[in-house]
Amino acid sequence: MHKTPLLDQLESGPWPSFVTDLKRVAARKPQTADLLGVLERSYKDKITHWKHGGIVGVLGYGSGIIGRYTDLPDEFPGVEHFHTIRVNHPSGWVYSTKALRELMDIWDEHGSSVLNMHGSTGDIIFLGTRTEELEPCFAKLTSKGWDLGGSGSAFRSPSCCIGPARCEWAMYDTMEACYELTQEFQFDLHRPSYPYKYKLKLSGCPNDCVAAVARADCSVIGVWKDDIRIDQSAVQAYAGGELKPRGGATKWDKLDIQKDVVELCPTQCMSWDGKTLKINNRECNHCMHCINLMPQALRPGTERGAAFLLGSHAPILEGAQMSWVIVPFMEMEKPFDNLKELMSNIAEWWSEHGKNRERVGELILRLGMRSLLEAIGVEPAPQQVRIPRANPFFFWHQSDFDAEAKGRRYDTRQGFIR
Amino acid sequence: MTEPERKTDIGPPHYGQFLHPVMKANYGKWKYHEILEPGVLMHVSETGDKLYSVRVGSGRLVSTDFVREACDLADKYSDGYFRFTSRHNMEFFLTDLSKLPALKADLAAKGWPIGGTGHSVTSIVHTQGWVHCHTPAIDASGIVKAVMDDLFEYFGKHDLPAQVRIALACCLNMCGAVHCSDIAICGVHRTPPKVMHDKLRHLCEIPTTIASCPTGAIRPHPDKSLKSVIVNEERCMYCGNCYTMCPAMPCFDAEKGGVAILVGGKVSNSKTPPAFSRLAIPWIPNNPPRWPEVVAAIRKILTKYAEGANKWERVGEWIERIGWERFFEVCDIPFTFQHIDDYKFQAYDTYRTSMHFKF
Repeated sequence: MHKTPLLDQLESGPWPSFVTDLKRVAARKPQTADLLGVLERSYKDKITHWKHGGIVGVLGYGSGIIGRYTDLPDEFPGVEHFHTIRVNHPSGWVYSTKALRELMDIWDEHGSSVLNMHGSTGDIIFLGTRTEELEPCFAKLTSKGWDLGGSGSAFRSPSCCIGPARCEWAMYDTMEACYELTQEFQFDLHRPSYPYKYKLKLSGCPNDCVAAVARADCSVIGVWKDDIRIDQSAVQAYAGGELKPRGGATKWDKLDIQKDVVELCPTQCMSWDGKTLKINNRECNHCMHCINLMPQALRPGTERGAAFLLGSHAPILEGAQMSWVIVPFMEMEKPFDNLKELMSNIAEWWSEHGKNRERVGELILRLGMRSLLEAIGVEPAPQQVRIPRANPFFFWHQSDFDAEAKGRRYDTRQGFIR
Repeated sequence: MTEPERKTDIGPPHYGQFLHPVMKANYGKWKYHEILEPGVLMHVSETGDKLYSVRVGSGRLVSTDFVREACDLADKYSDGYFRFTSRHNMEFFLTDLSKLPALKADLAAKGWPIGGTGHSVTSIVHTQGWVHCHTPAIDASGIVKAVMDDLFEYFGKHDLPAQVRIALACCLNMCGAVHCSDIAICGVHRTPPKVMHDKLRHLCEIPTTIASCPTGAIRPHPDKSLKSVIVNEERCMYCGNCYTMCPAMPCFDAEKGGVAILVGGKVSNSKTPPAFSRLAIPWIPNNPPRWPEVVAAIRKILTKYAEGANKWERVGEWIERIGWERFFEVCDIPFTFQHIDDYKFQAYDTYRTSMHFKF
């Protein structure tokens, strides 16, 4: 074991200490002892001691393994190779202890015994092994029913919220959709063939617990179209303090229905006379605030599906983007063929026009939203924009004159009149 | 002799086999939930079944020993099933609330905290940092540990005006996608890449290296015999994207690298739309092992928010109401040139065009 006086200072304090945890493994594994040694050196030098990966992987796959080497191999030979293995997680990050123990056995045998539960995209991240361990580790993983996740310019492992398995607000089956889409895109997940990474996250409602709108190119967020279901007696119970605000998530004892709910409704579509809560559902924008505050009194409607949003990514290169509404409402029934087709069509347009390392959201900025919508056959709808353009620099295509001649327009009640 | 057939492209196991029996029996039938106390959720089904979930904080960097310990607890209390959340917490499932005191005692003995629900500060979503990454400006797990030690009181209580989501990314690549968090901790480099001409020609493709620069600061070296590039340093904003494409362009500097704090982002649609985090503090020194300046800055912002926000207001909604000029004042944060956006097209809609400001 290396001396780690700086890291040792992270063993005190009430939050669980990763240093204490890793030291247990370091006591029995030289490579993990060297990992702590390298980390201590970074704490002293204030720079990283990991180099770029070379190209390593398992046979037939172009993703799932990230090559990693230390720049101090003589001092810390145990981490000369320290490659990452991404293991595709199950929908909703649910596990049986039997399956997790099998995974831990594999990682104890073939790697550093250090891992992330979970990485940012959602995968289980096995941190650190040697090149010659990759194939045997992969064989053991697949023999137990596990496979690698995505990396590089590939379809990345999709992730989802717990959805209908334990949430009353799941507007579609996020768990099954995540599983189905992961299976559908296995080839693209393991063989990077897109301009850049392509991520999918599925949230069951507009609370967006997996941050789909910010963290995935393709963001599928559940929504309902009909009326919020109201239990007036439960509303009374919240008003009277028998039921706690937000199901007990706050320090407050009692809701003030007028101030906390009605006046904070962003569309002002609610009213409360002290006895009855009324909602003008046509004006509701599905923000979830009232439902969040009174989960026993208000429930989303029953005409359910999801909105499809596209384009979010972190700041590299053109600055961070959030996903934009492309399809305001789609049915979400197994086997989710409409979602598969939409995502394939988008990928095709992006692969055709995208530059190397250009995210799909950046391509939309470069070629224009119209280019995407026409390519995937989605009609313009006011739900797609926050506000129309303020400049007069709009283009007219022959197709616009044709549509004009046919009298086509968008009607908010009837959709498109052709 | 034939090898056994190699399995590929099987995908992850189906989640159905990992669902707790009560989750399976009530799949799609959940009616409502309550949070009985911080960290303890009760979900009630239309069938009348109840499932209690006990949320437990965890660093996301763990060992197989740690996971086995969690499995032992799940076997003892949770019928052999448990899950992780999107913010690296664990959730154990009880069908009988009378088991809760014993589970709490076992968790306390391990030092594993219960909380992270409702109006708390829950676990920090974060990246790898110095334990594994090749481009970080800062560590990840160490800063997270130091910040959570300091904010520990907020993890196990529902004391804040709304939930507060903190995230950390160890460089501008933001693997952690921290750009929509109430409080975002972001590692920043402040030195242009140093071109290693003798190595570049062996390690890098010049066209992709040039194309990687968002500001067009990289050009072919005028001396063609070098087969290298030069950097217009005035244009460089230290994103490190060229280093990702070309290892011969490191941009690390032990003293100049540091931490930026961005605030006011969210992803939920509740009341207000999802929002980006905005720059609060452009640079704090990178000071391991416990980053006291970062910890103090975050505590200050959090406590000023807790004092000043109305009921249900997220950090960004509070700032939006009081105005950014007031935010900088109450948090004692100096306003600098770095706060004024000058990066491409996003910049111009951040400049003020109204007389709606305060002194």
